[in-house]
Amino acid sequence: MFDLSWMAWTWQTATFFAVIALLLAGMTAWEFVRPGGAPRDGVLGLHTTRGDRLFISLLGSAYIHLAWLGLIGPNLWWALALSIVYAVLVFRFV
Amino acid sequence: MRLRWLVPTVYIIFLMLPIYWLINMSFKTTNEILGGFSLYPRNFTTASYVEILTNPVWYNGYLSSISYVVINTVISVTVALPAAYAFSRYRFLGDKHLFFWLLTNRMAPPAVFALPFYQLYSAINLFDTPWAVALAHCLFNIPLAVWILEGFMSGVPKEIDETAYIDGYSWPRFFVKIFMPLIASGIGVTAFFCFMFSWVEMLLAKSLTAVAAKPIAAVMTRTASTSGYELGLLAAAGVLTIIPGALVIYFVRNYIAKGFALGRV
Amino acid sequence: MNKTLNNRAWFMVLPVLLLVAFNAIIPLMTVVNYSVQETFGNNLFFFEGFKWYEQVLTSSRFHASLTRQIIFTLVILAIEIPLGVAVALAMPRSGPWVPVCLVLMALPLLIPWNVVGAMWNIFALPDIGLLGYVINAIGIDYNFTRQPGSAWFTVVLMDVWHWTSLVVLLAYAGLRSIPDAYYQAARIDSASAWSVFRYIQLPKMRRVLTIAVLLRFIDSFMIYTEPFVLTGGGPGNTTTFLSIDLVKAALGEFNLGIAAAMSVIYFLMTLLACWCFYTLMTRGDEQ
Repeated sequence: MFDLSWMAWTWQTATFFAVIALLLAGMTAWEFVRPGGAPRDGVLGLHTTRGDRLFISLLGSAYIHLAWLGLIGPNLWWALALSIVYAVLVFRFV
Repeated sequence: MRLRWLVPTVYIIFLMLPIYWLINMSFKTTNEILGGFSLYPRNFTTASYVEILTNPVWYNGYLSSISYVVINTVISVTVALPAAYAFSRYRFLGDKHLFFWLLTNRMAPPAVFALPFYQLYSAINLFDTPWAVALAHCLFNIPLAVWILEGFMSGVPKEIDETAYIDGYSWPRFFVKIFMPLIASGIGVTAFFCFMFSWVEMLLAKSLTAVAAKPIAAVMTRTASTSGYELGLLAAAGVLTIIPGALVIYFVRNYIAKGFALGRV
Repeated sequence: MNKTLNNRAWFMVLPVLLLVAFNAIIPLMTVVNYSVQETFGNNLFFFEGFKWYEQVLTSSRFHASLTRQIIFTLVILAIEIPLGVAVALAMPRSGPWVPVCLVLMALPLLIPWNVVGAMWNIFALPDIGLLGYVINAIGIDYNFTRQPGSAWFTVVLMDVWHWTSLVVLLAYAGLRSIPDAYYQAARIDSASAWSVFRYIQLPKMRRVLTIAVLLRFIDSFMIYTEPFVLTGGGPGNTTTFLSIDLVKAALGEFNLGIAAAMSVIYFLMTLLACWCFYTLMTRGDEQ
């Protein structure tokens, strides 16, 4: 096969991408069990399905982490906690 | 209101000025260019064009540009046709998110991808071939092609598909014999835009080629820096890169507005 | 259109999916991998955590090029959108001149981007270029390779030259979709040109204009080749936009980690812009 060393995998990034892949697989399974994606109009006036809410959560979390790094400091566990709270809020209300 | 024609006229003159200047420079001798400012070539010469059309470094650049652009256009349109049909006719798991993900690739900055692309295409031994550039340009041209084609296909009533199936057409036969002729102008517009974006993109084209497959526009800047500042040659090469675009645009002039009307560029 | 549910449609999308994923996902993963490591060449990497992200986010160089990028994009939008709409409104609605205008206007869109840069370089040179010579001849000191102000003026003018036609073509296509009956009704009501624009033309152009604004926003946000060929990001760093800065860090200084972290941040910004774009557009479709 091809030489993949140039991709420079680390277990940390591999875990990260595995988690994303699992989330996508989970969403697919959820969609098979309960099709339709539970669409609704949230508090922001956006029409969202589950997939949209996942995307908004992930993108928002990325920005929360970046803002934490840029404005507060390198201890990202708090940013992670904040992101989880944010994701729960998104899934509940948006 | 009777002077309304002035606005587009002045605008078009503004567009033509730099192009005129390039053409002007391309017919001057190096001495005249460096000698000072002049509105038109006093010693008219075609030496720059002769040099480009007889020197293999130059015309090979031309050929490799055209070959990767054509390969890319063919690949993009071919794979985008069934995909656009699927998006315009069916609902399926994750269709909206898939469409959105495709679009993000049209919007992503090529600068982000330049470095890993170099590694990726070296790893699969395609570096410095037209295929590398053609495949890399698929990144933004396939989403674009799907987007434009989907717009055209949604304009074709679904009853046509159903009638054909009742008449006993298989899907591939229906698609090639009936459906593709119906959206022929759409396919033309799509091919035009794929051609255009592959022709004008330079960051990826330059970083994925070294010697053998260097595009003409990259040969141009390299020559300008190595062999002194030969503005005449540079200008002539520039003029020659405008010609294919001008030809293509002339042939599709009546469809352009339609393609833009869908607002999908 | 009423779409039928058919999960086998996935097979039709599969080739597109594979090709784009090959080009998008592998490089993106690689960039993420690089962004958390230090390298000294030879594929030797050391894990560094979020060090590069922190460095990029707190570096004044990144802030400067981001600010420059945002100012550039706003200036471009403020000029190109009104200008493009004005030209489209003044174009004849039919007749033999329409195809001529369209072909000539579309011409700049089809010139390779570094040729655009080289062309404007020749055009703006102070001693032998038409633009530079004329500006100096009327008594203004102008030299885009030395003065930041002149460099900005030239880069902005070049982008206006290059891309306003896209706005014109989009707006014109929007205008042409207005039926003649609307104009006749307006004439009977003896409506002013302004109210025709405000109540007939502008609403009809809303959708294409949204697309024009967002395309110009996103494309100017990732501009690289034209200003790089024209000014090389200079004088100093005054026209170094995000993409130019990124390529400088990656290929010029071979700061792989920093460049990769910048790429990820840059990519997240375009992802957000793209999402806003998509949401706005699909909302327009629903209404």
